[in-house]
Amino acid sequence: MIDAVVKIDAASVDRLIDASEADPEALIGILQDVQKEWGFLPIPALKRVSERLGVPYNRVWAVATFYEAFTFQPHGRTHIMVCTGTTCHVNDGLQVLKAIEDELIIECGQSTPDGKFSLEKVHCLGACGVGPMVVVNDQYHGHMTRAKVIKLLDELKSRTEVET
Amino acid sequence: MKLTSPTQLDQVARDFRASLEGYKTTISLCGGTNCTACGCNEVLEVLKTELEARNLTYTVRLIVTGCQGLCSEAPLISINPDDVLYCNVEPGWIKRIVSDTVIEGKTIPDYCFTDPVNGTTYEKFSEIPFFSDQTRVLLANSPHIDPSDIRDYISVGGYRALAKALFEMEPGEIVDEISASGLRGRGGGGFPTGRKWASGAKAPGDHKWVICNADEGNPGAYMDGSLLESNPHLIIEGMIIGAKAVGAGAPGGGYIYVRNEYPLALSRISEAINEARRWGLLGNDILGSGLSFDIRINRGGGAFVCGESTALMASLEGKPGEPRPKYVHTVEKGYHNEPSVLNNVETWANVPGIILDGAQKYREHGTDASPGTKIFSLVGKVRHTGLVEIPMDRSVRSLVEGIGGGAPEGKKLKAVQTGGPSGGCLPVSQLDLQLDFDVLNEAGSMMGAGGIIVMDEDTCMVDIALHFIRFNTDESCGKCTPCREGLQEMERVLTHITEGKAEMDDLGHLEELGQWMIGGCLCALGATAPHPVLSTIKYFRDEYETHIKGHKCPGGVCRELIEYSVIEANCTGCGDCVTVCPTGAVSGLPDKVHKIDMLLCTKCDECYKACKFEAIGK
Repeated sequence: MIDAVVKIDAASVDRLIDASEADPEALIGILQDVQKEWGFLPIPALKRVSERLGVPYNRVWAVATFYEAFTFQPHGRTHIMVCTGTTCHVNDGLQVLKAIEDELIIECGQSTPDGKFSLEKVHCLGACGVGPMVVVNDQYHGHMTRAKVIKLLDELKSRTEVET
Repeated sequence: MKLTSPTQLDQVARDFRASLEGYKTTISLCGGTNCTACGCNEVLEVLKTELEARNLTYTVRLIVTGCQGLCSEAPLISINPDDVLYCNVEPGWIKRIVSDTVIEGKTIPDYCFTDPVNGTTYEKFSEIPFFSDQTRVLLANSPHIDPSDIRDYISVGGYRALAKALFEMEPGEIVDEISASGLRGRGGGGFPTGRKWASGAKAPGDHKWVICNADEGNPGAYMDGSLLESNPHLIIEGMIIGAKAVGAGAPGGGYIYVRNEYPLALSRISEAINEARRWGLLGNDILGSGLSFDIRINRGGGAFVCGESTALMASLEGKPGEPRPKYVHTVEKGYHNEPSVLNNVETWANVPGIILDGAQKYREHGTDASPGTKIFSLVGKVRHTGLVEIPMDRSVRSLVEGIGGGAPEGKKLKAVQTGGPSGGCLPVSQLDLQLDFDVLNEAGSMMGAGGIIVMDEDTCMVDIALHFIRFNTDESCGKCTPCREGLQEMERVLTHITEGKAEMDDLGHLEELGQWMIGGCLCALGATAPHPVLSTIKYFRDEYETHIKGHKCPGGVCRELIEYSVIEANCTGCGDCVTVCPTGAVSGLPDKVHKIDMLLCTKCDECYKACKFEAIGK
């Protein structure tokens, strides 16, 4: 599960810890900041957080694995979130998810081998009036259907081609 | 500028209104999450450019509001004082809107809301039945104010309730007023807010906390996020009043626990808190009253269970959000084992109105036991989706069939789900039930946060029960055995039913298991988790039986139990199904009856949805 390797310098982690005044209670917030910085939770950063906050490493680990927001795998350059909340479910959101899985040939929770795309499902994005919902790198797309999401993926693929 | 007395509030309001006098027109673009998902940002850019190009920025005020309510017609633009609402706005419409409506004052009927049932076009915002049939109290200002400008809130009477509470009322009087209003917690349980505040005020200790639960994890409910997006100061004002009432001023304080998946709500409330501090409405000596109180924001980590009070407190302390037994309630020993008054966003939003206008006025709406209005998020298979605020004496039918316009495309309504993963499904026969806390509980469902998910004949009730159980299995914190193991067993049995592998005894097994969980789980989320299963077995037993005995899914959803075929009598050979089929399973010559090769079919349902002649059977 944990195979992502990244260079972490203690100073960058310290900066994030100091921003929250090294408050052990701010552990969840600090981990969120770490994840924002590197895109996932690198193990060396967790160890540094544990040392600096004086929170036992197993407690840091317990928090990092308890909350859904945290990941130990870097996301793809294009990160896709599909809402599987009740409204999106009733409106065939699972077919949208399946279409993306088929199109990218990955399963939910995985990244494409080239690191360009990653796919994740979320329980509710709070845009239930216009479901099924898909979020691509923080950009919201409502009223999704199988056909629309395939068209969206085609656009994204050609965009990432140009970027690389 | 820091305000040091309540009279300065009126001055701010007067100055702000005077600064708006130069504007002839106000354009309010809905920037809520739903409209954002439908492209409102593109519309905004074009609108800004057009107003600048036509030199209208000094006479036209453009504001981005929070959710205006009619989400099925997103993106929305409302124009005042013309009282116009334009729906499904596209960037290409902007030129015409600016030239015809803004400059010439002419409404464009093509862009207005048209009722899909009777074809009536509504040129006035206030006449659209979706809005005129509501009683908007909490949402009244949402379509009109700029959530990023505290002066806008002050100019519509904001922070006056706070001034009254700070200078004219004793803490006990505030608690009594809330108690007299009969306000009940809007997060789900419906616990009397006044009683909670009274316990908080009575609890011993110098450090007390008021906390706002904005961890809206309930799928299908988005009113809390929308309130934070559209009117964040309403919640802040409610919390400061609460702080005075229970004694949570410094060295205690306030927390807002915001859901991680709501980036827009998070940024709006953070901005609003900073504004309130700048204006002296948070911090030391608020409005010169001597009360010092500040609010901090805590981002949730994306765990549904953190909506539960004891789990939320653990999360605030930087721990995994696991509930503890509630021998002692959090109002006595919560955050740091100190008295903590936790209320939901919508509950806090009710407070300023009650204090300003009094409990009697508040009780004019709703029922004796469930007074006031409630915001519902009306979503799913219903024509008009969005946020609806109505008194709690209205019926489910008036909400779903009246305001919501019933199921779309001539489909038959099958069920209405209320209360999220803790609630239940009500069949059509129960639609005349009143939407209040107690009636819904008695019917085997619950109010919950107010998500109303409408389901039509194409929904499978077993699949819905399984959906909720999967959700609860995912979100169970795993601390207590009945919830952790019970949910997994329910998921196993329900999966068997949807695959046609179950037996009739399994229904009894599910019911028994459900009762064990209701009695044995540690927290309310576990104890209510079996509701979706028990209520669907109660009201839709025949559907379960058809799955088990007949190996058929009446809703046409459970993939293991459906086979697609062409109904030859209806097929015109139009080829629409061939075009949409992703695997080439459908084939046929033009104008000849088509056929489906089930070996290639992945049951994606595209042909069924594409067919205009009801020629695909399943």
